[in-house]
Amino acid sequence: MQLPKIPIGDAIEVLVYWIEQYFGWLLDAISGGLGFLIGGFQSILIAIPAPILIVLVSVLVWFVTRRDIKLAALTALGLLLIWDLQLWNLAMLTLALVLVSTIVALAISIPLGIAAAGSDTINAALRPILDFMQTMPSFVYLIPAVIFFGIGNVPGTIATVVFAIPPALRLTNLGIRQVPIELIEVADAFGSTPRQKLLKVQLPVALPTIMAGVNQCIMLALSMVVIASMIGARGLGYQVLVGIQRVDIGGGFEAGLAIVIIAIILDRITQNLMP
Amino acid sequence: MKLEGSVIFEEIPRESTRSLQPIISVRDLTKVFGQDPEKALELHRTGRSKQEIYEETGSTLALDDVSFDVMPGETFVLMGLSGSGKSTLLRCINRLIEPTAGEILLDGEDIVGMGQEELRTTRRSKLGMIFQSFALLPHKTVLDNVAFGLEIQGISAEERHTKAEEVLQMVGLGGYGGSMPDELSGGMKQRVGLARALTSDPDVLLMDEAFSALDPLIRRDMQDELLDLQQRLGKTIIFVTHDLDEALKLGDRIALMKDGAIVQVGTPEEILTNPENAYVEKFVADVDLTRVLTASEVMRRPEPVAQCTAGPRVALHLMEEHDILGIFVITRQRILQGRVTLDAAAEAVKKGKQLADILITDVPVVAPDASLGDIISLIVESPYPVAVVDDTGRLRGVISRGAILAALARKGEDVNATA
Repeated sequence: MQLPKIPIGDAIEVLVYWIEQYFGWLLDAISGGLGFLIGGFQSILIAIPAPILIVLVSVLVWFVTRRDIKLAALTALGLLLIWDLQLWNLAMLTLALVLVSTIVALAISIPLGIAAAGSDTINAALRPILDFMQTMPSFVYLIPAVIFFGIGNVPGTIATVVFAIPPALRLTNLGIRQVPIELIEVADAFGSTPRQKLLKVQLPVALPTIMAGVNQCIMLALSMVVIASMIGARGLGYQVLVGIQRVDIGGGFEAGLAIVIIAIILDRITQNLMP
Repeated sequence: MKLEGSVIFEEIPRESTRSLQPIISVRDLTKVFGQDPEKALELHRTGRSKQEIYEETGSTLALDDVSFDVMPGETFVLMGLSGSGKSTLLRCINRLIEPTAGEILLDGEDIVGMGQEELRTTRRSKLGMIFQSFALLPHKTVLDNVAFGLEIQGISAEERHTKAEEVLQMVGLGGYGGSMPDELSGGMKQRVGLARALTSDPDVLLMDEAFSALDPLIRRDMQDELLDLQQRLGKTIIFVTHDLDEALKLGDRIALMKDGAIVQVGTPEEILTNPENAYVEKFVADVDLTRVLTASEVMRRPEPVAQCTAGPRVALHLMEEHDILGIFVITRQRILQGRVTLDAAAEAVKKGKQLADILITDVPVVAPDASLGDIISLIVESPYPVAVVDDTGRLRGVISRGAILAALARKGEDVNATA
């Protein structure tokens, strides 16, 4: 005997059709906006000659690490290697995807994190959604992204954004909730408005934790950008995918190495941005 | 003029010299922590005990119909063991904790009934707070911490920094404005906390175990400085502490709390010498008397004394008559000049010297409000009795070793007899 099958699959199909029918304009707007941002970042990054960008990034690393000359030199060497491997333009596209995904993910997660810290109801409502997002295998995000946005950089970015939101949201929430109670009392006792309390006490005190969330967000975005190449996102990730498909060990490894170099540089910059 | 005034001031109970209108008036203040405060209040009105209310509703009665008045310029100490409700009571006054019932009148206005906007205005201009853990903002410089209250009020950076710098000078931290809080020692941090509360020039300072986290020496310095500041600024202070010695030292009046209720309110002397019930007695039983008694309570009248215009012969005669080995020398205005010994006076009479020639000017001196503890350490070092001199230099009294022992024995009996 077989149990009657609950038609979850059918229901999802109806839902998808319904969303496309009534929110097509919204999907188009999102798609257009993201496409514009990615294209813009990519154009700017590629427009700057590689040697100049290498110097700029190295100086930035030197500056944020409070004059760590060794790290700055390693940054320059790593970027030179990417240039030398002729992966520069692909690396810039990957960087553009990571930057756009991170910006969008932070624009969603930090305000939601603040809201969750301020209200137990919102926190309780968000928690199962976040659990769901984090335990769901990352490949699964690719499916709705493809359904609504087709194939290419934009659905890749959407999947990446969804993947990168939870840690930044959780850490923002946690950081604000961990602000010592006496400091909240100071804000209240001296007559702060809720807005002053948030801007002058809660956010600054929670900043190290929030920055850890930003760091995690960037790292996850970078790892997801590679996976998103399966739905047509270009860049270094796509090069790795091609390497796998053609059993081109050398090519895949070079692209992978470039990703690691970018990851380390982004990680060091964001970690040192913390006060 | 000043002298006469201060003498009278010492003799009259302090609160009667103040204006009769209380600045803060707490009436039937009740606080219930828990899910269903209304039900707990209901049970409370029917006379159930704290324990019964907790068992029935799961709510805790933290403050139980507390009423008291605080006069302007007074230091009012809330004292009790941990869990007695003293910090909850303090936080109800600026509504960091919302009272469940009752009223708190500040200058006649009920804080409990205020709306958010009105409450903010009151907190900004009238109530300053100082915290046990200092609670400095770690991301701001010392100067910006001190200016925090003004920043919240929307005062321009230039103006608030000028004011903050002034107050930092006042608490002895001039020049530290650019430091970060984690670069300071505990004592310095709490000075910053004090400065922050003073910068917005509030009428009332709420101090929550403000000195409890400091080590004993620094703590005593801070207590002295607070007394000094209050003398100069005339703020009303509500001070929470679990330390009776601290309460006795700082408080004009002390409210002793137990289980969310006030057990006794009174001056330090009243609490010590006339404890209202067994709980208060137990609390005061191990007070260190050397810290409670002051020079003016122990000293005896400075008799006899020699006028500086008199000769050594008169001094010698006075000493022989009273059978003493030394005598204090004063001017006609009773300003202390020094001391001569019996031997020196006898010698001077023989050799025809003047009194000024044999005068010992290096005599130990204390102020009338010096604590017995301080005097004991002086008297141990010195072979002579200690002179009690007021701030105009006039001789008020003399303290000998015997007088200290007698005072300790007498006061100890008082306390033991009532215990």
